[in-house]
Amino acid sequence: MLNQLTISKLAAKLAGREVSAREAMQSCLDQIERVDGNIHAFISHDAADALAQADAADKDISAGVQKPLLGIPIAIKDVLAVKNQPLNCGSKILGKFISPYDAAAIEKLKSAGAIVFGRLNMDEFAMGSSTENSAFGVTRNPWDTMRIPGGSSGGSAAAVAADECIASLGTDTGGSIRQPAALCGCVGLKPTYGRISRYGLVAFASSLDQIGPFTKDVHDSATLLGVLSGVDLRDSTSVPQPVPNYIAALDGKIKGLKLGLPKEYMIGGLDAEVKAAVDAAVKKFQNLGAEIVEISLPHTDYAVATYYIIATAEASANLARFDGIRYGARIDGNDPTELYSRTRGAGFGAEVKRRIILGTYVLSSGYYDAYYLRAQKVRTLIRNDFLRAFETVDAIVTPTSPTAAFKIGEKSNDPLQMYLSDIFTISCNLAGICGISIPCGFTKSPKLPIGLQLLGKPFGEEMLLKAAHAYEQNTLWHQEKPPV
Amino acid sequence: MEYEAVIGLETHVQLKTKSKMWCGCANQYGSEPNTNVCPVCLGMPGVLPVPNDEALRLTVLTGYLLNCEIPRFAKFDRKSYFYPDAPKNYQLTQYDKPSTQNGFVEFEFAGAGSTNGMGRVRITRAHLEEDVGKLTHFDRNSGVDFNRAGVPLMEIVSEPDITSADMAYEYLNALKDILIYSNVSDCDMEKGMVRCDVNISVRPVGTKELGAKIEIKNMNSFSGVRRAAEYEIARQIAAVKRGEKLIQSTRRWDDEAGITDEMRTKEHAHDYRYFPDPDLMPLAPTDAWLAEVKSRVVELPLARKQRFMREYQLPPPDAETFVNDVPLGNYFEGVAKQSKNPKAVANWVINNLRAKLTERNDFIAKQIAEDTQFGENVKLAANESLSIGVAAGGWKLLTLSDLLFQPKALLELVGLVEAKTISSAAAQQVFSEMFETGKSPATIVQEKGLAQVSDTGAIEKFCDEAIAANPNPVTDYKAGKLAALNSLKGHVMKLSKGKANPALVGEILERKLKG
Repeated sequence: MLNQLTISKLAAKLAGREVSAREAMQSCLDQIERVDGNIHAFISHDAADALAQADAADKDISAGVQKPLLGIPIAIKDVLAVKNQPLNCGSKILGKFISPYDAAAIEKLKSAGAIVFGRLNMDEFAMGSSTENSAFGVTRNPWDTMRIPGGSSGGSAAAVAADECIASLGTDTGGSIRQPAALCGCVGLKPTYGRISRYGLVAFASSLDQIGPFTKDVHDSATLLGVLSGVDLRDSTSVPQPVPNYIAALDGKIKGLKLGLPKEYMIGGLDAEVKAAVDAAVKKFQNLGAEIVEISLPHTDYAVATYYIIATAEASANLARFDGIRYGARIDGNDPTELYSRTRGAGFGAEVKRRIILGTYVLSSGYYDAYYLRAQKVRTLIRNDFLRAFETVDAIVTPTSPTAAFKIGEKSNDPLQMYLSDIFTISCNLAGICGISIPCGFTKSPKLPIGLQLLGKPFGEEMLLKAAHAYEQNTLWHQEKPPV
Repeated sequence: MEYEAVIGLETHVQLKTKSKMWCGCANQYGSEPNTNVCPVCLGMPGVLPVPNDEALRLTVLTGYLLNCEIPRFAKFDRKSYFYPDAPKNYQLTQYDKPSTQNGFVEFEFAGAGSTNGMGRVRITRAHLEEDVGKLTHFDRNSGVDFNRAGVPLMEIVSEPDITSADMAYEYLNALKDILIYSNVSDCDMEKGMVRCDVNISVRPVGTKELGAKIEIKNMNSFSGVRRAAEYEIARQIAAVKRGEKLIQSTRRWDDEAGITDEMRTKEHAHDYRYFPDPDLMPLAPTDAWLAEVKSRVVELPLARKQRFMREYQLPPPDAETFVNDVPLGNYFEGVAKQSKNPKAVANWVINNLRAKLTERNDFIAKQIAEDTQFGENVKLAANESLSIGVAAGGWKLLTLSDLLFQPKALLELVGLVEAKTISSAAAQQVFSEMFETGKSPATIVQEKGLAQVSDTGAIEKFCDEAIAANPNPVTDYKAGKLAALNSLKGHVMKLSKGKANPALVGEILERKLKG
């Protein structure tokens, strides 16, 4: 089944002319046909366009063209702009909006030869941890369709886990790649802030958002990171840091690697099975020659509060442009104010409204210093915690999520509980560092994936991928397939 | 009790850049609606701003010209408010860390609040932001043109140092002169390139405390600003005198009715929820960047005028000519620096050189308009004995750098007149010739035999002839009509073919007639 292959395996078959890109693409489309009625990872996909791209790739392949992703079907989270494709961000407010341009990351995929297809479901404007906040319905976890796939990139994780594509792109503002990757049992990488251009990523929280890949193994993650990385003049926050050969870092040599275990992360809400799996993974690292060091990240307790002030403040301004004037859905009114409140009132879901209101509040005159300004200061302290820790360790190891996938509806009425499911992932975005989630085990009954998170220095993706790859080479978790 | 006005101005100026502030769209006035737009300036989902470096440079350049500090740290903030002309529903602006601050501007002003014929207004800051789109209201709906959205806009905020409507008017004109002069902005009011809000309060003369600040908006000309300020000052003073308590508010100027109307009071003021834009990096200008900007600082109009008057003893109108025409002024300076008689040089440059260039360029422009063929050009040029104004490729408007004569030739010409080697009439002829051919004045004088005759023997002979040939004027003169001497003088000049020294002619004639 071609749709089950990794990028590297499919690329080898394509290059060896064993299979065609059309066959690979068709195999993914068949899988979508077969399972997506249950999973609902995709909001939409254009099969004819995907096959046309596949045919073009086949033409290139027979002409001897060599590109890193030539003919590889990659599906896209609905928050990234793809020219001539719908762009809804999981929301009603964009109506029938069709993007007039490609995001920088999409340009990179296309020039690397990938077949860019599909709009993957997500929490509206990436606000959520369960993909229940989508205007297009919930996405279900391929391991147990009664459960959530995580979020906000739930569609991206579920599609990869259910082999509906070879790999996918998601975005991570507070854990939106790593947490769903953990809950669906795939590899999810959040690169360092500034590593990948955000141009064409519809902003939730501009200072926290990063694009990253969902893949079936670490090698594919390294491949995609190499394609997507690099400075972009259209994104002032992208960093002119050279792009290393990430594949070359996957040499399995982690003897003497220093892994930090933050004592603050062994919290009360941590599920026993998750803890056991993470402990076992740490042992495994030790057996592979890594040195485990207990570290302290003293400002961890403030991360969730800090995050929800900064992220909502930025979101309140970022989402102001969805007003029904220039594009998207509009409900007319007798004056602009009425038009705005009708359009936005009907267009945004409850969670988005909650966050816009929260963000508006923390930026209001008289409250700015107490909330936003203070949160920025705490953010600096959190970043300093990590930079200090990285003076003694090469990477930090934690659970990705305190629990495995929870049931649909279980936390819908308790936003705070929902926010706490990102407790291990949020600090990474506040600090602007990189992180990866890899499969490290399963709960017993029901059998649900558990994710291990590795956090690395700013632009330390090589070290992260090296450690994750070494672990993966010595475990079989990533090879397990969900019962779809 | 007497009251005085306290006025501060917020002046918005569109910067003269090729492209917009955050994208590559043309910064161009007058295009079809929504043709200079792209996803970035339309605020499409997912786009990001990239700062226009030239706009940053022009802002800092303005800072230098207005004697401002240039902080080593500046940033852009989001100013949130919903309005259909705002593509993102927030405007990017510099809220608390502007690119320039704490300067002043001085200008010629003689009214109330002036010192020695000068006005001085402190500049709080000049910061950079982006313009919004333009709304047009139709019968049943409204349209937005986003061509202007994202055009770099500089806001110059003054301290409340202005005390009258006239002073506000002169301040604005001074700003405009400076910005046009330094190529920062075209400042075309009709194209909306300059917009101005005025903050006015009144207080009893002699007190220091400021009254309630009232902001006036919607003036679309400098004279509108002056009229609005006049009206508002009078309105506020009358209100206070009636015992009314003024409150902080915003009012709209109705240009047709000539009055201001209340728009909103402080209680209804916007909360703009400023915060630093996370899409843009803070600005930290380097020494090299600042040095480059500083190298673009030009001498300002007022300073230039004063210097020309001081250094070259020119009357104000001459100095103004050289302020308004910078290349001509620079040309003049090049010659005048070597001359003992800069005023004479100025006269030649303004009355002859500029006039000649204008006249010739009018002619050339006509030729160009007629789209004359190259061959005919040459023939025409030969027929009219033109040797300047014909370029290899055809007609071309002349500039000072096209002149055939060297600047030092002008110096020589002034010298010849001063030494009385040639008469001023002959000098005109010499100038025309050197303009056309580039020959040196000495050569022309020699070739055309224009040297003035100061040989008394020769002149005495001409005078005798003139007296003999003109009995009537002689009689008249002797009868006391002194003006009759002029006709005799003219006769002598004619006999000498214009070369006789006129002063000498006069002396000799007088002596002979009186004698």
